Amino acid sequence: MTAVARRRPWTRGLRELLAALPFLLPSLILFGTFVFYPLVKSVYLGFFISNPFRTRDVYVGFDQYREVLTSSEFISSLLVTATFTLYTVVPALVIATFLAVIANQKLPGIAVFRTVFSSTLAASVAISAVFWLVLLHPSIGVVNEILESLGFSSVNWLEEGGWAVGDRATPWDMFVAWFTDPNYALISVSLATGWMNIGLFTVILLAGMQTIPDELYESAKIDGAGTWSEFWHVTLPMLSPTLFFAMVVGTIFAFQAFGQIQILTQGGPVDATNVLLFSVYTTAFDDFRVGAGSVQALGLFAIMLVLTLMQFRLMSGRVFYR
Amino acid sequence: MARVFYEGISKRFGDTYAVRDLTLEIDDDEFFVLLGPSGCGKTTALRMAAGLEEASEGNIYIGERNVTDVPAKDRDLAMVFQNYALYPHMSVYDNIAFGLRMRKYRKTEIDGLVRDAARTLGIDEFLKRKPGQLSGGQRQRVALGRAIVRRPLAFLMDEPLSNLDSKMRVQMRAELIRLHRELDGTFLYVTHDQVEAMTMGQRVAILDQGRLQQVGSPQDVYDRPANLFVASFIGSPAMNLLEAERASANGLRAAGVDVALPDSLAQQLANAGAASVTIGLRPEHLAIEVTDPAATFEGTVDLVEALGSEQHVTLHVADARLIANLPAASRIEHGSSLRVSVAKEHVQLFDATTGERIGP
Repeated sequence: MTAVARRRPWTRGLRELLAALPFLLPSLILFGTFVFYPLVKSVYLGFFISNPFRTRDVYVGFDQYREVLTSSEFISSLLVTATFTLYTVVPALVIATFLAVIANQKLPGIAVFRTVFSSTLAASVAISAVFWLVLLHPSIGVVNEILESLGFSSVNWLEEGGWAVGDRATPWDMFVAWFTDPNYALISVSLATGWMNIGLFTVILLAGMQTIPDELYESAKIDGAGTWSEFWHVTLPMLSPTLFFAMVVGTIFAFQAFGQIQILTQGGPVDATNVLLFSVYTTAFDDFRVGAGSVQALGLFAIMLVLTLMQFRLMSGRVFYR
Repeated sequence: MARVFYEGISKRFGDTYAVRDLTLEIDDDEFFVLLGPSGCGKTTALRMAAGLEEASEGNIYIGERNVTDVPAKDRDLAMVFQNYALYPHMSVYDNIAFGLRMRKYRKTEIDGLVRDAARTLGIDEFLKRKPGQLSGGQRQRVALGRAIVRRPLAFLMDEPLSNLDSKMRVQMRAELIRLHRELDGTFLYVTHDQVEAMTMGQRVAILDQGRLQQVGSPQDVYDRPANLFVASFIGSPAMNLLEAERASANGLRAAGVDVALPDSLAQQLANAGAASVTIGLRPEHLAIEVTDPAATFEGTVDLVEALGSEQHVTLHVADARLIANLPAASRIEHGSSLRVSVAKEHVQLFDATTGERIGP
């Protein structure tokens, strides 16, 4: 018998691991430095309250977690984030689907429209934010001018927090206010974000639509389907994986939004546009409460994790994959 | 059920004609086959009947109704596509029911019709499955089910068997013939496969480069091809075509051999006034021995393809090549010398310039 044949299994496993290590090392270093180490460090920081220059750390254990995660600021920030996600994903998806359908026609010069419809994708966050800052300006903004010319009263877009400002006695009052007292500041930020999303979503959905075979539409026509039935019974179900993908991307973008809020509202008025990520930033780096910021970041992490799992679970039965 | 009538139909894409001045009537309840090589315009012709392509010129009638400008969804037709075109997100049941739902049938009615169609095609056990879970043959049945579940005015089929393996194809051919008998429907069937056309069609139309070449029963088209294109396209192995020159009043000369013509054909040849003539000989009409031979060719055996029941023998005669379809019994060696003859009644003539048939 040769030596190779007699080698015990665990030695072989070890040799394979040693061989794999150089291949894994670059990503291990990257992930370790920018993901795993900060994650562990955040958990650690969450146990301490420190002074602004972190010259003194006081260990408080889980007390800080409990306090931050149950604070009214955190709950309010959650509500703002959820609303922001809703405002930026759903309307943008609906509009982008419509744009993609009309841009998917076979007409001369349609490429021009495809480019126009998807152009907001190429705009940077800062440019879009400044663009909307001008549009929404209370006195010289075009949006107010249009509103006034249509007979509506002008809106103080970036300054009105609506339901997110002031105290509500009960959750029910809050619920009613959510519908009746618009948070124009959040709507403004959402307009800028949704506008950018439309370009991205249009590109994604257009690509998805172009993979739907023509025969399915032809077959549907011969089966007696009109334009609306074709959309409802062929386009939409065939597009569902793409729509789902766009929704996940949009949600992640909503949770990552920072630049447009920084430029347009700085989280205000009061906390009306203080989404979770922005709150993490201001708490840790403006208020110098690094521990509290870490706890919020971990809360954000947990929410994203649950959300992602939920989306996959919920949609797995309904989304059609070929 | 209704007839389908093409009246002077043309379809242009830019400057090129996909279909040119097609006039063709498919009778009520007929199994009609559009046959031709790829790019001949047969699929375009079918799609114009379906309403998926607009005709550039002419009119299309279904029954007595002019449907030229009627959208596809209002033509009351059914179509089976080459790649099935099943809705992948719907179950087999929903796929078959789709057309009925679009036409607002009642739920109970839909259920009965879907189950009937599924039973006819032997797919009732797959009703809950998605198309992705079915084999090619089963998918084809579902596509057929979707067509037959309603009683449309006509069934349009665009090469429905070309994605199946050869065994499945033979089986589905028989099934389509049976379906046509049971449904009593007008079938307009497009194929490039002459075996499908010969076995299934009651009548066949042969197209080439957008032009109609010949219409007739499969046997008629085979026995009396209208021109050189049809002669060479129909039949496998293809008809032997020999350039001929006039040798005498009653005869021609081809491949260095005198070919005697029957008197009537010689008369027609004289009347036709063709400048040059091509002789057509079917491979199965060449035999070692025939009574009343028109010509006997002697040549060297170049290739022997044994098919079990018969053998295709290629011989070199002078500067021409002949393929003979001979019985398997005689053993023929490669490189040996062989004599084959053809009977007078089996000689076919074509005008070499125009390609038109000369004779009955």
